[in-house]
Amino acid sequence: MHAFAQHLSVLRTVLQRMFVSPLAGLLNILVIGIALSLPAGMYTLLQNAQGLVAQLSGTPQISLFLAMDAKADDIDHLRKQLAQHHAVARSEFVDRAQALEQLKQSTGLADVISGLKQNPLPDAFIVYPKQSDAKSLDELRNELAKSPMVEQVQLDSAWAYKLEALLKFGRVAVLILASLLSLALIAVTFNTIRLQILTQRDEIEVAKLIGATNGFIRRPFVYFGVAQGLLGGIAAWLIVTASLLLLNHQLSALTQLYTSQFVLQPLSAGDSLSLLLFSVYLGWLGAWLSVARHLSQIEPR
Amino acid sequence: MIRFNQVCKRYPGGYQALKDVSFDIAEGEMVFLTGHSGAGKSTLLKLIAAIERPNSGSVLVNNQNVGVLKGGALPYLRRNLGIIFQDHKLLFDRSVFDNVLLPLQICGFDHRESAKRVRAALDKVGLIKREKANPIALSGGEQQRLCIARAIVNRPAILLADEPTGNLDAAYAQEIMAIFKSFHQVGVTLLISTHDEIALQDAGVRVLALKHGELQYDSSGVPSAEPFDFAQNMLAETSGGSGQS
Repeated sequence: MHAFAQHLSVLRTVLQRMFVSPLAGLLNILVIGIALSLPAGMYTLLQNAQGLVAQLSGTPQISLFLAMDAKADDIDHLRKQLAQHHAVARSEFVDRAQALEQLKQSTGLADVISGLKQNPLPDAFIVYPKQSDAKSLDELRNELAKSPMVEQVQLDSAWAYKLEALLKFGRVAVLILASLLSLALIAVTFNTIRLQILTQRDEIEVAKLIGATNGFIRRPFVYFGVAQGLLGGIAAWLIVTASLLLLNHQLSALTQLYTSQFVLQPLSAGDSLSLLLFSVYLGWLGAWLSVARHLSQIEPR
Repeated sequence: MIRFNQVCKRYPGGYQALKDVSFDIAEGEMVFLTGHSGAGKSTLLKLIAAIERPNSGSVLVNNQNVGVLKGGALPYLRRNLGIIFQDHKLLFDRSVFDNVLLPLQICGFDHRESAKRVRAALDKVGLIKREKANPIALSGGEQQRLCIARAIVNRPAILLADEPTGNLDAAYAQEIMAIFKSFHQVGVTLLISTHDEIALQDAGVRVLALKHGELQYDSSGVPSAEPFDFAQNMLAETSGGSGQS
């Protein structure tokens, strides 16, 4: 209990120190907030984009369009071949008449279609592959394209895979950005603490002379770093959340045009917590390194 | 309590501050350390607090060889010592009260007990009415007394004072010596470096005299009239600027 009171009094000292120069403290917190909000914001956008891709692509399918002169024998042959294929989970035959009927119902082009003299659609198979990675899909597609009577093969979700590859690239970019900015934040805290140690040189020297342990001397500086990191993390969270609100406002006008309900999701509770913890960790690390580096240089004479 | 065993201290650059110094101070003893400036008085006190380390020989405090103490053990040695610095080393960013509070904060005393002890210490040195003042507003004598209050608030067994009356006039100096006497009476071991002739005349107080880093004289076991004579002679000789040929 009494050790707790001691920590509380250190915390009070730290907060008092922050209020001694509120502008400098505020600027530091702002720098940390902005630096962290960049990768955090980009991460949130990527998460949203990924959600969108998953929603749109679903399970990948390959459409096989048969030649117009394909006979029932050919179709049977192909059906058997697909059923035995090791990479195919299942397949579905779409009759050309049935496809035309579907087209009539779903698009409202009934008048135009009824005016056609003959059915322009070919018979088709929809193939659901077992593996859904880009490489095996590609192999399967090429193989199916060689089958007799197959006119055209279309991989429906190819674009989604391209987008996902792009997102992967984005994630690496965010990671690099986050690492660089983290180093910058450690440097910011390091320097802040260094200046504090220099201005409190006398106090540190006296404290060492009258029996202060290194832990006692280190404590207020480390607490300062942690508090600054926490406040910076909160600033970053506010920046990201406010930006998303602003973007959503504009986005709603855009998505209405596409009759879509897409909304940018804010940082999840888990991600918010990670952001704060990471920021606190950076503050702690910067302060600790600074104290370790500079305290040993102050020895009483 | 404090034992020096053939201690030598040479500073980087070759200056020999102490040469082969040996003595023994018993628990509860009050000892004056005198000598010309540069004789090694401050160095000797710094060796006891492990602010400096000897090049050879051993310094024992409470039977602990402080010359080889590890960094982590230093704080606990220093908590047993009250040190009064020549330059006070007061902190001007806080009140008189908070200056005295610092050693107790370091040792982790709880708040109420600390406040009681701080007031007792300030009362002892006659500064109880100035507890809210900033030390910069205190006179030289008051600053010195504040430094004493900070040194004793922790109730250390050993008190070290480096020229505590150096810059004070005779009346203030006497006041401060009286305070030290009162600590001596309650059993504190004191080692005080001083030039104060009136204090050195005090019969019954042991005097150690240093000259050019060597222990020139130790009054223990010498009849009580003699320490004063010797010390004063030596001071006259060195302050005159010409050494004995």
